[in-house]
Amino acid sequence: MSREVHNGPTDETQARGTPYSGAPDGGAGTGPRPLDKLPLDEWHRARGARMVPFAGYEMPVQYEGIIAEHLWTREKAGLFDVSHMGQLLVHGRKVDAALETLMPGDFIAAADMKPKYSLLLTDDGGIIDDLMATRRGEDFYVVVNGATKHGDITVMENRLPGDVVVDHMKEQALLALQGPRAAEVLKTVVPGVRELSFMQGGPFNWNGRSLWISRSGYTGEDGFEISVPAVAAADLADAIVADELAKPIGLGARDSLRLEAGLPLYGHDLDTKITPVMAGLTFAINKRRRAEGGFPGAMRILAELEKGPIEKRVGFEVDGRQPVREGALILDGEGTEVGKITSGGFSPSLQRPIAMGYVASHLADTGTALKLEQRGKLFDARVVPMPFVPHRYHRKGVA
Amino acid sequence: MSLYFTREHEWIRVEGETATVGITNHAQEQLGDIVFAEVPEAGRRVSKGQEAAVVESVKAASDVYAPVTGEVIEGNQAVADDPALVNSDPEGQGWFFKLKLDNPSELDGLMDEAAYRDWVKTL
Repeated sequence: MSREVHNGPTDETQARGTPYSGAPDGGAGTGPRPLDKLPLDEWHRARGARMVPFAGYEMPVQYEGIIAEHLWTREKAGLFDVSHMGQLLVHGRKVDAALETLMPGDFIAAADMKPKYSLLLTDDGGIIDDLMATRRGEDFYVVVNGATKHGDITVMENRLPGDVVVDHMKEQALLALQGPRAAEVLKTVVPGVRELSFMQGGPFNWNGRSLWISRSGYTGEDGFEISVPAVAAADLADAIVADELAKPIGLGARDSLRLEAGLPLYGHDLDTKITPVMAGLTFAINKRRRAEGGFPGAMRILAELEKGPIEKRVGFEVDGRQPVREGALILDGEGTEVGKITSGGFSPSLQRPIAMGYVASHLADTGTALKLEQRGKLFDARVVPMPFVPHRYHRKGVA
Repeated sequence: MSLYFTREHEWIRVEGETATVGITNHAQEQLGDIVFAEVPEAGRRVSKGQEAAVVESVKAASDVYAPVTGEVIEGNQAVADDPALVNSDPEGQGWFFKLKLDNPSELDGLMDEAAYRDWVKTL
């Protein structure tokens, strides 16, 4: 047996195939630099996690198995350790206006404690990272991807005015509790969280520790993201999984959940060659920012908004049972390459292969039949709307 | 009957001229949940070291190499129909294919069970 292809969240080390090779350190010794440990490292190992290198950390890819963990999260509540992500506090004079020079979000009108999805952009409108930014009083709390956080901080520090400061909150861990029973579980640990509606955050207190909790996540389910001091993270995780409705879930299931939810993953579905319009993330650019511009790459992005992009991110249903993964080619009826798959795999909820990728815009309509080519083999696929599995976020006024 | 193992985590059970090939328990543990398996058809000739079958888990795709040269007698339709069988019984019902051996001397140098299990512990 030889290992050929991995998909989903990987870093360089993982793409070479080391994490599954059985080396207990995931082949870390051969990596370009030593891997960092999460605050919950011991906690994961004690619960049987298989640790793999990801975003410069040793992270739990799975505990009992990806499919079981995936389905558990869709039915109950899954606890994810996402402490590798960068938690930043940006503050200083006119921080909202300053952030608008880096991103297309409306930060000036951003309401307090309401997370906004936004994008750090290059000068030609390519995506440097996708993130969540929340006004917290005078400051903005920004959560960025783990693999990109150091680069993001450099970009921000270089481009923000001198009187705006970026603090990397390295002492904070980040947990996510996701699933239809998440609110039921978390309210017994942290009373009051049930009052949050989707995309709303707030400060909470637990055992004398300050928490920042928002009702948000990246699985398509209801759920919460919890910023907790790293020294208290294991106790909080214990308190949550003490409820039999909650289990720890690895990043393998995190990837299959977000894929089913149609959510793009930076470094796979998003990179500096992709604009927010190509990626179908135009909801992150509101009317005022479209009218005024003033963000990096505005000229190109506004033109794409008006005329349509050359390529678009679309979802695919793939015939048969074999997963079609990142890197597969997308072909038209004549066999001409018209795009590439950027994420793909077996959907545990739908029990079939699904994928997303970029195709020429004239082939992006729902129902378009295309072929995918992977390792010399052709697969029949159709463009389908995303999400593949409906979102079940907690909207206000819904019980 | 003799049982052999490769460093590619395949097992070969030899009875007379017939070799049954599968992946080891260690291999299925490393792959995780297996969602797809493709087995060769009877009559196909495979050479030692050549891809003979495909196995895919949620996370990874792998080729199963022919550990020896020969002609496929049977692919295991049961694992193609229910790939999870490779997880639940990798060294039994979850076999991939049976070969008629061309040259039994190709088995020389493969590990026996004790040597393989000891080697896996060092990984």
